[in-house]
Amino acid sequence: MFKLAAVGDKDSVYGYASLGVSIFPVDTPAEAIPLLRHLAENGYGVIYITEQLAEEMQEELERYASLPLPAIVPVPGVRGNTGLGLANVSRFVEKAVGSDILS
Amino acid sequence: MAVLNVNPTRMELTNLKRKLVTARRGHKLLKDKRDELMRRFLDLVRENKALRVEVEDGIRRANEAMSVARCVMSDKSLDVALMLPTQEMQLEVSEQNIMSVMIPVFDVRFKTADANDIYSYGFGETSGDLDLAVRALSEIMPKMIRLAEVEKSCRLMADEIEKTRRRVNALEHVMIPQYEETIKFITMKLDENERSTTTRLMKVKDMMLKEAHHYQ
Repeated sequence: MFKLAAVGDKDSVYGYASLGVSIFPVDTPAEAIPLLRHLAENGYGVIYITEQLAEEMQEELERYASLPLPAIVPVPGVRGNTGLGLANVSRFVEKAVGSDILS
Repeated sequence: MAVLNVNPTRMELTNLKRKLVTARRGHKLLKDKRDELMRRFLDLVRENKALRVEVEDGIRRANEAMSVARCVMSDKSLDVALMLPTQEMQLEVSEQNIMSVMIPVFDVRFKTADANDIYSYGFGETSGDLDLAVRALSEIMPKMIRLAEVEKSCRLMADEIEKTRRRVNALEHVMIPQYEETIKFITMKLDENERSTTTRLMKVKDMMLKEAHHYQ
């Protein structure tokens, strides 16, 4: 059985608590990186992370990219949408096809 | 294209011919794999994109309501309201094999079956905007889980497609031409040897005849 987690600034992740997602309010990549490692090793299957935070720690997220679990999904936080999520989708297409044919 | 560094012998020739057949078969199989992966990937990535747009929109709506709730409620009362969630979500994860790429399949289990268990607080002391925020999030949650699944699959498949494409190209543009050229080289060399043996034999025969019968 795997659990779900939401990582990001407090305002962005608070709402998820009521749905039964474990929330971990952190503000900086320095806090988030060890936290992610901890979560990945302790049975969290899906980790939602705010785009603001994800943007600052792309390299760390790359570590989990080729593993089947956990799935780390950047979602927009309260401070608005940075477009990172959609940019990621375009990156997949570019990687697989050679150019972004969907945009 | 460079010829492989091998001895031009019949044994090498047979070996090379066998290798060429294997390389051609491998090339065909890998090409089929790449095409099928690509087809699935494109379906998946389109779904990914659509889901992303929907989820981001849903989260934006939830965040709007949440911001209002934060403004009208004190930090403390919000903390208290969301401190002890009654609902708990757990994931059953299984794996699906698509063209030898293992992709995760998520199946959500809720601790309690009642859909209203997402409201873990009394309605008396909280703002209605908090209810809206929580409801908006819970509405988008199934899509968010599907998004996690699809996005992970896309990522894994993109990696695999890239790898397969490299292999296909290496076989098509390097290995197979190399084998073909080497086979051609050995065949020519062997033919040449045969011709030179024939001429030598004819020459020897001439010399022997000359000696035996004093032919001119």
